Amino acid sequence: MPVPGSGLAKGLAVTLRTMTRRSVTAHYPDVQPELPPRSRGVIGLFEENCTVCMLCARECPDWCIYIDSHKETMPAAAPGGRERSRNVLDRFAIDFALCMYCGICIDVCPFDALFWSPEFEYAETDIRDLTHERDKLRDWMWTVPEPPALDPAAEEPKEIAAARKTADKLAAQEAEQAEQGEQAEQTEQADQAEPGREGDA
Amino acid sequence: MDVLDVLWRLLAVLIAFLVLPLLVGQAEHKAMAHMQGRVGPMHAGGFHGWAQLVADGVKFAQKEDIVPGGADRRVFQLAPAVALLPYLVVLIVIPVGDGDFVGQSVDAGIFFVLAVMGVGVLGSLMGGWASANKFSLLGGLRTAAQLMAYELPMLLAAASVAMAAGTLSLPGILDAWQWWWLPWQIIGGLIFFTAGLAELQRPPFDAPVADSEIIFGAYTEYTGMRFAFFLLAEYAGIVVLSALTAVLFLGGWHGPLADGLGWVWMLLKTAGLAFVVIWLRVSYPRLREDQIQRVAWTVLVPLALLQIALTGVVKVVIQ
Repeated sequence: MPVPGSGLAKGLAVTLRTMTRRSVTAHYPDVQPELPPRSRGVIGLFEENCTVCMLCARECPDWCIYIDSHKETMPAAAPGGRERSRNVLDRFAIDFALCMYCGICIDVCPFDALFWSPEFEYAETDIRDLTHERDKLRDWMWTVPEPPALDPAAEEPKEIAAARKTADKLAAQEAEQAEQGEQAEQTEQADQAEPGREGDA
Repeated sequence: MDVLDVLWRLLAVLIAFLVLPLLVGQAEHKAMAHMQGRVGPMHAGGFHGWAQLVADGVKFAQKEDIVPGGADRRVFQLAPAVALLPYLVVLIVIPVGDGDFVGQSVDAGIFFVLAVMGVGVLGSLMGGWASANKFSLLGGLRTAAQLMAYELPMLLAAASVAMAAGTLSLPGILDAWQWWWLPWQIIGGLIFFTAGLAELQRPPFDAPVADSEIIFGAYTEYTGMRFAFFLLAEYAGIVVLSALTAVLFLGGWHGPLADGLGWVWMLLKTAGLAFVVIWLRVSYPRLREDQIQRVAWTVLVPLALLQIALTGVVKVVIQ
């Protein structure tokens, strides 16, 4: 049976012990927080990669992406060929008052033109100022960190795995061909060494 | 004692009255924060938020002074002063150092101090009644019930020390004090301190204010300076309670190497006890109203009577 009043002493001990330890307060405006990798702060646009395919704008659940573009034609590559046309981006804006940071636009982009940036200090005093245009979105690209290194025992990345598979296959094919070539040579030599054997039989 | 001397002493008491509660308040901000793994105020004044309470004072002074429509105006406006001033008066008679280091030595010191401290609680009662608010009235009634319950063990504990010393004068008690009074009067000391906490309505005995159930009780309708006075009264009360406990049970200015530096010992003891008041607030949850009453009547009063019996027996034996 516990000593009567030991609970009271335990309570006092807990608070006193906590007082001697370092506090857990984050001193945010004075000290920047250490954000975990893949933090969702803001969406950056790498506009050189954008082909105006509109997938992001169409997949966005709350329609916060604005894209304007026009078509330009380029002279034909070969004489007598047809003119090439390509899309030119005129406007790319994200309304961060609407954006719910789901990241679907980033997942869906087939050309790696959208990225998560950990930058989060872009509050405005007017809600209308939260629609950020392409130059601001492009600037945020500079704050995108390089992807964190893989965990020690992690599976290797898909691209590398695929490349290795292809390379292994090719190597195996080559080896097989070389073996077959050798065998063919050997039989040839054997044939030459015993001439007229067929005739004997 | 000429007029100038009296004025000097009153000024010193006034300064102590204005500074010490703020120090306790700031210590509470910081100690409570660190006990909860936080850092507390960090910005006001630049260095670790030392001017937080000054900033709070400025804020309170700027607020509008509101008296509710249905309130009993005069009583409502008078209540904060009734709550605050008794602690100023009590500070005058508390001896800080050896000899004449006291605002004014009063022969019936204990009697005076306990009587005046009881008046301070009347401020909460007046505010609770005059606010014309059911939560304030509940708080006021709880205050009244708590005053009734805890005044008795407090008086009995103080009486035990007076019996031991054979005098009611606070400096007289300190003159008679010996180190072995510490274990002799330890029960009385704990009772006095606990009952004092309850009279100040400090956690864990803060059912009369209980911000989460009766929204600050008697202080619900107060704003601005009047509310600030109630808060100041609470912290002045902590200073007075800690100082009184130090004088009656911990030997006040007695201590090793106390020659001429007794007042340092007194301040250290007071500060230590004030820290305990803060510590208890952080560590314990609020007692329910019935638990508060049960603690007073079934634990503190019998223990106080036991202490008085013990004091009487030892007193007779050593004579």
